[in-house]
Amino acid sequence: MNKKEWPLWEVFVRSKNGLEHRHFGSLHAADADMAIENARDVYTRRSEGVSIWVVQSSDITASNPEESGELFEPAKDKVYRHPTFYELPDELKHM
Amino acid sequence: MDQSRYEYLLLLGDNSMILGHRLSELCGHGPSLETDIALTNISLDLFGQVRSYFQYAAELKGDAATEDSIAFTRFDRDYRNAILVEQPNEDFAHVIVRQFLFDSFHLPLLEQLVNSRDETIAAIAAKSIKESRYHLRFSSEWVKRLGDGTEESHQRTQAALDHLYPYLHEVYNESPIEKEMKKAGIGADLATVEAISRNTIEDVLTESTLMLPKIEPRMVRGKQGIHSEHMGFILSDLQYMQRAYPNMQW
Repeated sequence: MNKKEWPLWEVFVRSKNGLEHRHFGSLHAADADMAIENARDVYTRRSEGVSIWVVQSSDITASNPEESGELFEPAKDKVYRHPTFYELPDELKHM
Repeated sequence: MDQSRYEYLLLLGDNSMILGHRLSELCGHGPSLETDIALTNISLDLFGQVRSYFQYAAELKGDAATEDSIAFTRFDRDYRNAILVEQPNEDFAHVIVRQFLFDSFHLPLLEQLVNSRDETIAAIAAKSIKESRYHLRFSSEWVKRLGDGTEESHQRTQAALDHLYPYLHEVYNESPIEKEMKKAGIGADLATVEAISRNTIEDVLTESTLMLPKIEPRMVRGKQGIHSEHMGFILSDLQYMQRAYPNMQW
């Protein structure tokens, strides 16, 4: 089997219940089932996770770096959009 | 010392150890990074089981025995593993088929040992069973992919099956120790294990478009300590450190 034909997959792992899935990295696999198994061995063997998502890298649409000026810079001088002026109770986690 | 129970632990532990060693030979040599890590993970699972079995065996043996002395300082005739797990990593198909045949047996074996009258063995089995369930899932997925894959992968997998399947008979074949342990309610009933294992193999092979070889079982006796020509090479690798530096510790 020619492994060069295996497509690339992005792996998202939920490290514990209640938290969101986060991007952990990418790997090669022939299909989604194999990608899950590979991800289990590559990314969760030190018990980093309780749930895995995989998505084929080619299915991800990314923003164009050349457009980052118009996309992101306008937000830089709008500090009033941050909720930093509120005092949060200590009991609130994961904000 | 409880000699029969000790011997039974060797039977259980040696299969996992020699198969684990074969898989460890692939570390850094797997066909892809992902399968390399997967096979090494399985190897580590198996060595974890071996440690539990041999720690208990050392306790039963007394006489300053340790898990290391049991693992690394016996002569080849004192190893109780089946010939199947000694078979070399000819190609990826051999690695997968050997693993699959063993897993098809190992999982139902552990499912029985969970109910062992010996609480330590039952506890080790309970811990190992999830690992083994994953191993079987991994190896049967790959048997299906290879068998129902390309012409070459099908051919190689069928060749591996033709070579390895005749060794499976020995694993099912009850040795005197296994018979004694079954009667004592400590060991597994191999007839039940065999029936489940054969079912699994049949199901997976059908899906894989592979044929169950019509080859006479090989009358080998690894479980009685009569090993193949591969065993000496395996042990010279496996035992080197303990032989060169007796009682060494990492």
